[in-house]
Amino acid sequence: MTTNRIHKKLQEDKKILSIYFTAGYPGPEDTVSIIQSLQDSGVDMIEIGLPFSDPLADGPTIQESSTKALKNGMTTARVFEQLRDIRKTVDIPLIIMGYFNPIMQYGVEDFCKKCADTGIDGLIIPDLPVDVYEEEYKDMFEKYGLANIFLITPQTPDERIRFIDSVSDGFIYMVSSASVTGAKSTFGEEQQQYFERIHNLRLKNPQIVGFGISNEETFRAATHLAKGAIIGSAFIKSLNDKGKDGIPDFIRTIR
Amino acid sequence: MSAPVKIASPIGGNAGKGAYHVSERGYYGEFGGAFIPEMLYPNVEELRRKYLEVMSEPSFKQEFDQLLKDYVGRPSPLYFAKRMSEKYGTKIYLKREDLNHTGAHKINNTIGQILMARRLGKTRIIAETGAGQHGVATATVCALMGMDCVVYMGEIDIARQAPNVARMKMLGAEVRPARSGSKTLKDATNEAIRDWINNPVDTHYIIGSAIGPHPYPDMVTRFQSVISEEIKAQLQEKEGRENPDYVVACIGGGSNAAGTFYHFLDEEQVKIIAVEAAGKGIDSGESAATSVLGHQGIIHGCKTLLMQTPDGQITEPYSISAGLDYPGVGPMHAHLCTSGRATFKSITDDEAMKAGLELCKTEGIIPAIESSHALAIFGNTSFKSDDVVVVALSGRGDKDLSTYIDHFGL
Repeated sequence: MTTNRIHKKLQEDKKILSIYFTAGYPGPEDTVSIIQSLQDSGVDMIEIGLPFSDPLADGPTIQESSTKALKNGMTTARVFEQLRDIRKTVDIPLIIMGYFNPIMQYGVEDFCKKCADTGIDGLIIPDLPVDVYEEEYKDMFEKYGLANIFLITPQTPDERIRFIDSVSDGFIYMVSSASVTGAKSTFGEEQQQYFERIHNLRLKNPQIVGFGISNEETFRAATHLAKGAIIGSAFIKSLNDKGKDGIPDFIRTIR
Repeated sequence: MSAPVKIASPIGGNAGKGAYHVSERGYYGEFGGAFIPEMLYPNVEELRRKYLEVMSEPSFKQEFDQLLKDYVGRPSPLYFAKRMSEKYGTKIYLKREDLNHTGAHKINNTIGQILMARRLGKTRIIAETGAGQHGVATATVCALMGMDCVVYMGEIDIARQAPNVARMKMLGAEVRPARSGSKTLKDATNEAIRDWINNPVDTHYIIGSAIGPHPYPDMVTRFQSVISEEIKAQLQEKEGRENPDYVVACIGGGSNAAGTFYHFLDEEQVKIIAVEAAGKGIDSGESAATSVLGHQGIIHGCKTLLMQTPDGQITEPYSISAGLDYPGVGPMHAHLCTSGRATFKSITDDEAMKAGLELCKTEGIIPAIESSHALAIFGNTSFKSDDVVVVALSGRGDKDLSTYIDHFGL
């Protein structure tokens, strides 16, 4: 077990609002100022997306931001350069979300070390399966104090959820429905039942809901039973429409 | 994960005896595995647990064999190419997958997978396609079985492969354009995967090549292994021996190559040659020669060799042949390449086109440009006069006429 900013934040007696954005979008040098503005707006946690050419778990909004960021010249190395001094001004938990191939090419251990040096608290790697992680990378991630976050979905069997819970360290990323990322305006009965089912499993890790959270209503519904929620596509849309200046207003509309 | 049930004899036989077959955990040496988002886990896991069991059911095998015989037209001939053999001073046999229904080897896999989908209780089929050949083969079997079919195809490919788009529509499939990324095969594959994530219960994804997360590479290879199974029997009849000296096949993702090599993998005296598309030349920046230009990484759910930037962004390959311009190779082929079991060669656009026209003139067969790459090795490789060389003629050239016309100014 590691103890870092994620664990401390999750112990606070409040619902967690986490925001995802893609590094290098909309502009190549926007990464740091977006993080700063999110913290200043009262966001609890941030997921920084590493741009990838083939983000197959993401919907069109995040894919487009990724494509644009790559056109802006973003690379994994450049993201780390931009984040070099981030811990001088930002103290909320920072998580990197990226697909496994760019991390492999960077070198998994080099990547973990760089994350630790930069002050990154956790990783979400959607295409690194939990069994491969447990066998090949768990010790390495722990050595560098990185919490690795896994996804579960409404289709994940209880037995596997318990396995994922046992390997997880930090929180469990609850995908709200069978879908790729993307904003939805409301949750249905099926989702509510799923939220209840997971709640009743009494897992050791808190759950944070992602995919389909876009506004106050969906945030409140998602966090009724879960510890928090993650907003991605809706935030990227807002960045696209209103730019960085719109960040405080966007966060205010959520809670 | 629980171990798969031990099975008497699935289609393709009991593999795993040799070093080149998939391991129980889904690896070929260091390649393979299932690097998939959790959202796909239930689907892929269901397939992993059941595919060998289903492929072992006598009723499944019977239905598969019957359709291959009556609907596809198998066995495909093993044809002794007399004039070509004389020209190159060796014994050349062509495995005529071009004579299959729909014009290529692709149908062997789609027949197998649609029967698999029905056994798993799926009612809706999705597929990706590049040039449209796999899309047509999928639309065909969906029509045959009366199942809903959605084919994802890059927007750019839709524009340049109009006849195949029309074929799929005539067969009742919906063709959905992939507008993300580079708008070609790899993006169509991403879109198909996203569809599967969004429709996890009723949908089966028919992957068209020996790629994707385990068990797809092995499942596709087994359905295609009928090619090498027939070669063995046919060669026994014609040459009095089951094993040729060489088997040769072109390779994009690698399904026709996987099927052609499969029953020879453990026969070390059989030399295996895989032919990639060099495009305009290996160093031209416009190539699809993954074994030379690729590095180990993850693409579409498996660890394999793929073409990418140093930062790990997957790049867009090029070949005049739409069936060979995939940025990766199947994990079995990556292992055959790095272990040295297979020799990988690359053939340029010009060499392939020339070899294609040569087959027209010497044997009266118009080959697909993919297959022309395999044929082109006779231009740069010497064989002994008593060598028996079997080349997979994976598809016919009808679909490529406009490319032949443009290239030769016909």
